Amino acid sequence: MNVIVCVKQIPDPALPGELDPSTNTLKRSGKLILDESDSYGVEMALQLVDKAGGGEVSLVSMAPNNEVSGLRTALAMGAAKAVLVSDPELRGTDALTSAKVLAAAAQRLGEFDLIIAGTESSDGYTGTVPEQMAEVLGLPSVTFAKSVTVDGETLKVDRQTEAGYDEVTCTLPAVVSVTAGVVEPRYPSFKGIMAAKSKPLEEVTVSDLGVTPVGWSGAGQEIVDVADAPEREAGEIVTDEGEAHLKIVEFLEKLKIL
Amino acid sequence: MAVSNIWVLAQVVDDEPTSGSLELVSKAASLGDGVTAFVLGSVGGGAGALGAHGATKIYETGDLGGNLPGVAGAAAIKAVIDGGDSPDLIMFPQNYEGRDVMSRLSVKLDRTVLTNNTDISVDDGAVKVTTPVFGGTKLVTTTFTGEGPHLAAFRPKSFPIEASGVDDGGAAPEVTQAGVPDLGDIGAAKITASHVEEHSGPKLDEANVVVAGGRGLGEAGKYEMIEDLAKLLKAAPGASRAIVDAGWVPYSYQVGQTGKVVKPTVYLAAGISGATQHMVGMKGSKNIIAVNKDEEAPILGVADLGIVGDVHKVLPKLIEALRSR
Repeated sequence: MNVIVCVKQIPDPALPGELDPSTNTLKRSGKLILDESDSYGVEMALQLVDKAGGGEVSLVSMAPNNEVSGLRTALAMGAAKAVLVSDPELRGTDALTSAKVLAAAAQRLGEFDLIIAGTESSDGYTGTVPEQMAEVLGLPSVTFAKSVTVDGETLKVDRQTEAGYDEVTCTLPAVVSVTAGVVEPRYPSFKGIMAAKSKPLEEVTVSDLGVTPVGWSGAGQEIVDVADAPEREAGEIVTDEGEAHLKIVEFLEKLKIL
Repeated sequence: MAVSNIWVLAQVVDDEPTSGSLELVSKAASLGDGVTAFVLGSVGGGAGALGAHGATKIYETGDLGGNLPGVAGAAAIKAVIDGGDSPDLIMFPQNYEGRDVMSRLSVKLDRTVLTNNTDISVDDGAVKVTTPVFGGTKLVTTTFTGEGPHLAAFRPKSFPIEASGVDDGGAAPEVTQAGVPDLGDIGAAKITASHVEEHSGPKLDEANVVVAGGRGLGEAGKYEMIEDLAKLLKAAPGASRAIVDAGWVPYSYQVGQTGKVVKPTVYLAAGISGATQHMVGMKGSKNIIAVNKDEEAPILGVADLGIVGDVHKVLPKLIEALRSR
């Protein structure tokens, strides 16, 4: 079974985010890391291939500046190879164009049974790319998967809904987006980290993939204003020395909740 | 380009439009004259309410036949557009169904999508939407530059529900069938069973008081404190994504970006640090009480009453004090 995982390399979420003042888009100039929400997809793919008893996990990613550190992390977890679409033309690309680029990159990897993605990235969180990729590739899809199994040619997914979850079956090939918590991602081993350094990582440009237009011209949207949101005024901070619960009671009384 | 034909992707449960659908229809009615509600499923007795809030026309897909909402809804909308009724703007709810329908549709129409919005305006034919970023500290306004239909999704509770004020003698809008066409290969995913996860107490997104717990509770068993407290305050129990992902409570408890957006009179957060993902779901609460042992926790920065303390000490005493009243 061959599984392709879409991974995004993002600025470290632990650091404060910044907008580029000239373009009003998120600054992605520093070191990028593997989006944690994609590590679930990588783990899921590794487990499915393992259970199937053959095949491999491949990665597709796009980044404007040849960044590979996040991809190396996913390779160190156990993925076999990666395609990175890296092109300055990608700056300002919207979700739809990203989906077209990633779909073309996936096709470049040859025959596959399943594409796995996170439900949304931790930096842009548009949350539409997996479903858009499925439509571009003419494939069925199951989004918001909280459990994924493959039984021969049949995919079985528990899909989260507003009210609970649905059991969904689907033929392969298909696209699945997984929620965080679907599996526990492994930590790359030292051996894995060393092995990842020599795993195939192909870098291609947008013109190699034949996708146009990209970047600002293809986005169909333009940021016209960035403003500070009205701040919530800071309230009273009390350090508990055994009686702080009474402060809460008092507060609730004042609001006539009690 | 004038924006006159606005559609809203609407959902109707048990003959009643969801509150999210009415929010979007209300807002759409304030932007343009013609509002069409495109109902995913059957509208049934919900047509009257959609009309009273500004919908002048309704399409319904009818039963989705076990297909997932995204693929079925997008195909049904595309078929109507191909049939000659083409909207200038389609407003989607930022939920599972809305997100999937707009994704599929964006490819079919080759149009960009703008998601996670909390506001919209139409200015001289230009549609502008506003999205909070960086945990809601900045507001980014974006305009569509290409041809319509423009596709935009809005977070729950972004707009008030308002009656249209147009007296049409109580007549419900005309309902036109817009069935799901043959989907071919992309329709291979089928729902075989649906499960409802029960949520105790009042509904999370409608409760006057919400008591939510997070990783700071330490272990799944300690969530009982949140449930006890919720019962005493007639509140809905809620949770951060961290403990939903960890399997302590079902997803239906989740407050945040990927869960429910709540705006109660009081939001009490216990052992929740206040990640962006959580804050966007509760920052609109009228009053926020937070208990966290880390004085640097971002949640204390938005709290009206912040307690720097151990939830394992503060909550049992609070429960005790409320019980003895």
